[in-house]
Amino acid sequence: MSTRSGPSPARTGLLLLPPLLWLGVAYLGALGALFLAAFWTTNEFTGDLVKVFTLDNFRSLLDQPVYRTITARTLGVAVLVTLVDAALALPVAFFMAKVARPGLQRLLVIAVLMPLWASYLVKAYAWRGMLSKSGPLEWLGISPGYGLTGLVITLAYLWLPYMILPVYAGLQKLPGSLLEASADLGAPALTTFRRVVLPSVFPALVAGSIFTFSLTMGDYIAVKIVGGPTQMLGNVVADNYGVANNLPFAAAYSVVPVLVMLGYLGVVRRTGALENL
Amino acid sequence: MTISRRLKAFLVACTSVVLLVVYLPLALVVLNSFNVSKSFAWPPSGLTLRWWHAAAHSSGARHALVVSIEVGLLATAISLVLGTMAAMALQRTRFFGRNAISLLIILPIALPGIVTGLALNNAFTSIFGLELGFFTIVVAHATFCIVTVFNNVQARLRRMSASLEEASADLGARPFMTFRLVTFPLLRSALLAGGLLSFALSFDEIIVTTFTAGGHEQTLPIWIFQNLFRPNQTPVVNVVAAALIVLSAVPIWLAQRLGGDAEAMGTAAP
Amino acid sequence: MNHNWKLVAATAAVLLTAVACGSSSGGDKTAGGSGFKAPDVPMAKKLGTKEGSVSILAWPGYAEDGTNDPKTDWVTPFEQATGCQATVKYFDTSDAAVTLIKTGDYDVVSASGDATLRLIAGGDVAPVNTDLLTHYADIRSFLKDKPYNSVDGQMYGMPQGWGANLLTYNPDVVKPAPTSWSSVFDANSPYKGKITPYDSPIYIADAALYLMNTNPDLGIKNPYALDKHQLDMAVNVLKTQRGEVSEYWSDYLKQQQAFESGDSVIGTSWQFIVNLIDADKKPIKAILPDEGSTGWSDTWMISSKSKHPNCAYAWLDYIGGPDGNAASAYYFGEAPANTKACDVIATTDNDASFCDTFHAGDEAYAKKLWYWTTPVSACLDGRTNVKCTTYADWTQAWTAIKG
Repeated sequence: MSTRSGPSPARTGLLLLPPLLWLGVAYLGALGALFLAAFWTTNEFTGDLVKVFTLDNFRSLLDQPVYRTITARTLGVAVLVTLVDAALALPVAFFMAKVARPGLQRLLVIAVLMPLWASYLVKAYAWRGMLSKSGPLEWLGISPGYGLTGLVITLAYLWLPYMILPVYAGLQKLPGSLLEASADLGAPALTTFRRVVLPSVFPALVAGSIFTFSLTMGDYIAVKIVGGPTQMLGNVVADNYGVANNLPFAAAYSVVPVLVMLGYLGVVRRTGALENL
Repeated sequence: MTISRRLKAFLVACTSVVLLVVYLPLALVVLNSFNVSKSFAWPPSGLTLRWWHAAAHSSGARHALVVSIEVGLLATAISLVLGTMAAMALQRTRFFGRNAISLLIILPIALPGIVTGLALNNAFTSIFGLELGFFTIVVAHATFCIVTVFNNVQARLRRMSASLEEASADLGARPFMTFRLVTFPLLRSALLAGGLLSFALSFDEIIVTTFTAGGHEQTLPIWIFQNLFRPNQTPVVNVVAAALIVLSAVPIWLAQRLGGDAEAMGTAAP
Repeated sequence: MNHNWKLVAATAAVLLTAVACGSSSGGDKTAGGSGFKAPDVPMAKKLGTKEGSVSILAWPGYAEDGTNDPKTDWVTPFEQATGCQATVKYFDTSDAAVTLIKTGDYDVVSASGDATLRLIAGGDVAPVNTDLLTHYADIRSFLKDKPYNSVDGQMYGMPQGWGANLLTYNPDVVKPAPTSWSSVFDANSPYKGKITPYDSPIYIADAALYLMNTNPDLGIKNPYALDKHQLDMAVNVLKTQRGEVSEYWSDYLKQQQAFESGDSVIGTSWQFIVNLIDADKKPIKAILPDEGSTGWSDTWMISSKSKHPNCAYAWLDYIGGPDGNAASAYYFGEAPANTKACDVIATTDNDASFCDTFHAGDEAYAKKLWYWTTPVSACLDGRTNVKCTTYADWTQAWTAIKG
């Protein structure tokens, strides 16, 4: 075995085969089959699949303004949730990585990881209690009630650990000497943050945003619990599949988040964010 | 580190407020598990141990917990194998399609769960003609868990010098022996971090699970979802949740004991 | 007795036609005048050996097996009596039930009227031979051979129970007390942002019922038979209401919480939710307005793909029998279908007033309700000059209403 020239192609191929079979064939195949179904329809009454090629589903997606509204609303919520999480994660992760002593650091990592183990549903219901007109937030006089605001708060809460962890890991890689050099050169804290911290932690932020964005776009359960009358993309897909029994339309609407995420991944690929996931 | 006192105070304040906000609803859950009202009326009109007693006797919850642990362990085992293989294959190689493969591994978690769930549901039932159940949940969970292991192992491999493996080969060790004696020990904490996250991801997943579980198998989140809208069951659900929060210290403590370095937990970002 | 004869005759006729035409579409049954066709699905003629297991698809609270509360269990007695091991899956909306039964994983389903016709039309459920059900004779007559559970006099299941969608409000806030559904459709409601409608396309019928009374010129005769124009008008009512809504509810916990916390103060609800709120000592009142209301009437049906038909029949007979029906109706909070169930509730649950609260034997009350029925293109009110809007149209409209 020629060791100095790196791994042999045969070894690479052999190692890659099982994961590629799993993800490339099974997973991509499933996605492909789903999008094939987007070109079918269902029998209006019995809900049975009618496997005849048609563009009707995509036509109604484009023609009916309600779907455009829902798509725009969903993207807006996803952006807001991502921004809120980024704004909260930065100082916390910075404190964890650069200020806290090792003992405290370890404790904080645990504190951030712990909520990931508490059930998503129960956390969402807990926020339902928090946001209620007679809940603890109303005591403080700051309850927004159920609706878009409550939804953004709840989703930002649910996905926060997914943002803090990559940002924390990214900041750990940032040498402390760089910060000191910047300070020694007389840069105010804000300048150091803008010119040194932000650029080096940016890929980690993007990595976190992939989670907050995709998790928000696919959510439909928390929306029902705290969103009041709000409809999101996930609700329409879930309702069309589970309620209206219209798999083809659900598949057609699923194309939207897939395109959004592929586009986003394409844009951020260059930042090196994908290695920070 | 030279950080001004004001900045430090600001960071401490931020971190405290965020953690307070993170833990307040969880505290509410624990408090509500003792709430007399069946619908968690606020403020609680009284406290009771009734729900804890009822939950202890709920065989449905116990069974769902066992299913969740089994699914999580199996999915994690699969993703440990597949994720490590993929990371090692891509290690120090540059070939055409390398980026495409990285993207492919990330895809199941980067796409919204509802898309992954719908696609797998459709494939299982209409293409493979499988009955949804335990097996399909494990397959679905492993699919989106591979990335956590892949990323952790990849990050570790990147920092690891190739010379150790090369030395092992030069001394005549066969590739598998090198892996067992050299690579694996170096990867251990990365595998632990990746595996732990993979388990956590699987344990709390509900959307993909909803689409791949079918009618006969219940993971804990599905059990919780089903019981949240059943008459008289919600307080018991709350107890289960409160118990989970407390129990979550166990795997994290375990990881700290076994892994030993906080840094491994940090790179364990999902 | 007379009733049973008619049924036997109808059954025989159907069977003859089916035999004569084999399994061709010529064997399809048509509902009287509505143009609704049921596919030819064979019916059991006699019972055989029980298969040892049965898979149940149920509304939450209809089939409790004690896994969550050992004291709430009427599935285990069934298992012990019949040797059929039961597995239970719950669904939260009628639409989910339709989707789930199509998987073929389930033997029986508790279907509301907005699911039944779809199940029958899709060939997903089989006609039920009521002669094989010993307790069918005790079922209240006003629940038998209804448009939502039979086709051409052929029953498709065992009635479980029924209830009304009640106008529910918080008497501490809503003053004066409302008397009609117009209080939830009022464009300038003083309770803006605190109205809670039911979250399903079938709720469009509630708006249609409101229009039936306030706008007779529209000519709505049955809230489930709407032509294009009538549907548009109902949708307009609901779009106006959308601005006043706190949230649409579909699971009972949300509804109960919202009323108790004051996030919702008026809307549609069910008697058992009202009872739960009452038990928490929170202000709540529910009425059936004079103009009537929508409601549900549930029927246990057998999947056409059932692998355990004998255990399925055993379940239907048990759950429609006095003990099973009493236990499920009492726990769920609805009027039981079996006439003998009220006595069982009065003795075993020590609740003599239960059947009165739920108007179980009150046929006049039952007649004020428009039970959930699937809207189909052949108008259910008998009109033949127009095509009515279908449930698919309603589903699309519902997404647009919520926006």
